[in-house]
Amino acid sequence: MTAAVKFRNLTLGYDRHPAVHHLDGTVESGALVAVVGPNGAGKSTLFKGIVGVLKPLAGRIELDGLQAADIAYLPQAAEIDRSFPINVYDMVSMGLWHRAGLFGGIDRKARDRIEQAIAAVGLTGFEDRAIGTLSGGQMQRMLFARLLLQDARVIVLDEPFNAVDAKTSADLFDLVKRWHGEKRTVLTALHDIEFVRSHFPETLLLAREPVAWGQTATVLTPENLLTARRMCEAFDHRAAECVEQPAA
Amino acid sequence: MYDFLIAPFTEFEFMRRALAGTLALALGAGPIGVFLMLRRMSLVGDAMAHAILPGAAIGFLFSGLSLFAMTAGGLIAGCVVALLTGLVARMTELKEDAALATFYLLSLALGVTIVSVKGTNIDLLHVLFGSVLALDDQTLLLIAINATITLVVLALIYRPLVIECVDPGFLRSVSRAGAPAHLAFLGLVVVNLVSGFHALGTLLAVGIMMLPAATGRFWARDITLMTLIAAASGVFSGYVGLLLSFHTGVPSGPAIILVAGALYVLSVLFGKVGGLVTQTLPKRHLEA
Repeated sequence: MTAAVKFRNLTLGYDRHPAVHHLDGTVESGALVAVVGPNGAGKSTLFKGIVGVLKPLAGRIELDGLQAADIAYLPQAAEIDRSFPINVYDMVSMGLWHRAGLFGGIDRKARDRIEQAIAAVGLTGFEDRAIGTLSGGQMQRMLFARLLLQDARVIVLDEPFNAVDAKTSADLFDLVKRWHGEKRTVLTALHDIEFVRSHFPETLLLAREPVAWGQTATVLTPENLLTARRMCEAFDHRAAECVEQPAA
Repeated sequence: MYDFLIAPFTEFEFMRRALAGTLALALGAGPIGVFLMLRRMSLVGDAMAHAILPGAAIGFLFSGLSLFAMTAGGLIAGCVVALLTGLVARMTELKEDAALATFYLLSLALGVTIVSVKGTNIDLLHVLFGSVLALDDQTLLLIAINATITLVVLALIYRPLVIECVDPGFLRSVSRAGAPAHLAFLGLVVVNLVSGFHALGTLLAVGIMMLPAATGRFWARDITLMTLIAAASGVFSGYVGLLLSFHTGVPSGPAIILVAGALYVLSVLFGKVGGLVTQTLPKRHLEA
């Protein structure tokens, strides 16, 4: 079964201003792709498009044989109300939404899986802690445990290692590698170019327009990175309507 | 002791009815209040009560003190305002609070206009302050049905409601249940306010929702327990409030709310979770 994500002349944006402009290409099933680019390059926008939170301004995203339940998404700034009275265990068990839904019970087997997920991110013993008492790193570990439970074929991570220390990012990246080993498709937005060079086989360099996409070594050249930075700095409030015809 | 605590209810039927009505009301309204509070919508109940008032008044205008007309009027006015608010908040830049403010004010203005154009001098005291000691069979049944609907629907939408409070982004990414659950929840708020205005009046109906909920916040770190405490403290306030009203002759509606208020003040001071006095108690911190 394939789980490819295809972009067809995709334009995404806000108030008609494109944040991702004319993107074409395919994320193959089982790929581990780093999405790199300066702030404002459209990385988060692209991810919102993939999970369907944002509708394309033009073009489309084809999800081959994928349903909403097959895509798990970790947003960059999760809008989590940390003062809400809920503990780590319940928060992680939300990952079972697609299995349990509105009223499905959580049986012995499901509870085992929840405990395994919590153990896999190293939060065993924190089950009863209110989420408001977690540190930034622990919070991110908890969200990864929830992703584990979602058991999705496509996993989209928006700057998952921001504001997280080296130990935590190493632990969490082990999970990313595990997902890659399990032939899941993983897209990750990252800023650490060296980290991408050493760990990601494939990279999409984005600067609203796609600058380069392919093998990491061929994409992350100094010239490409410079082009990306330049392209992101321009923003025209009175931009004319885009009439560029897509390559057929 | 028996004479003081139990006898009023065994001897007088109107007290029994009042107690049954208040208990049903408190069971439904408490949990609703907890969700209003956690969704930072504590004042929404108040605004909704204003939105319902004109509907009930119009019902009263056309059919007099008819349970059906006033309930229907209140429900319709409340649901229309809730629905419009939900739609505008989700589909435009306007946030929920602003959208609600605009629509409830419109509803209120419309209600006042209709009433004054008709030129009838209606005694709306019943609507404003309720009549918990004069609940007839129909009204009691209505309150009971509303409480049942509330608990059943709340059970159905519990998960999306909780997840939407904690992590709305996550719910959006896994399900479309957020918007319908939210609208259903606003519907429940209206249903409970309509129940509430028969017993306590539109103005105090919000009290049996928010005061127990705020009380619960000071005793539980977990939403399940918080909901239970809210319902229990509402039930307790209903019982003690009626007793207080019976023995001292103060009006029953305000008495119930005042008891709920007393529980709240005690919780603010001595609550286990962040009560003011509790906070200042010297406690050694734990080992790292």
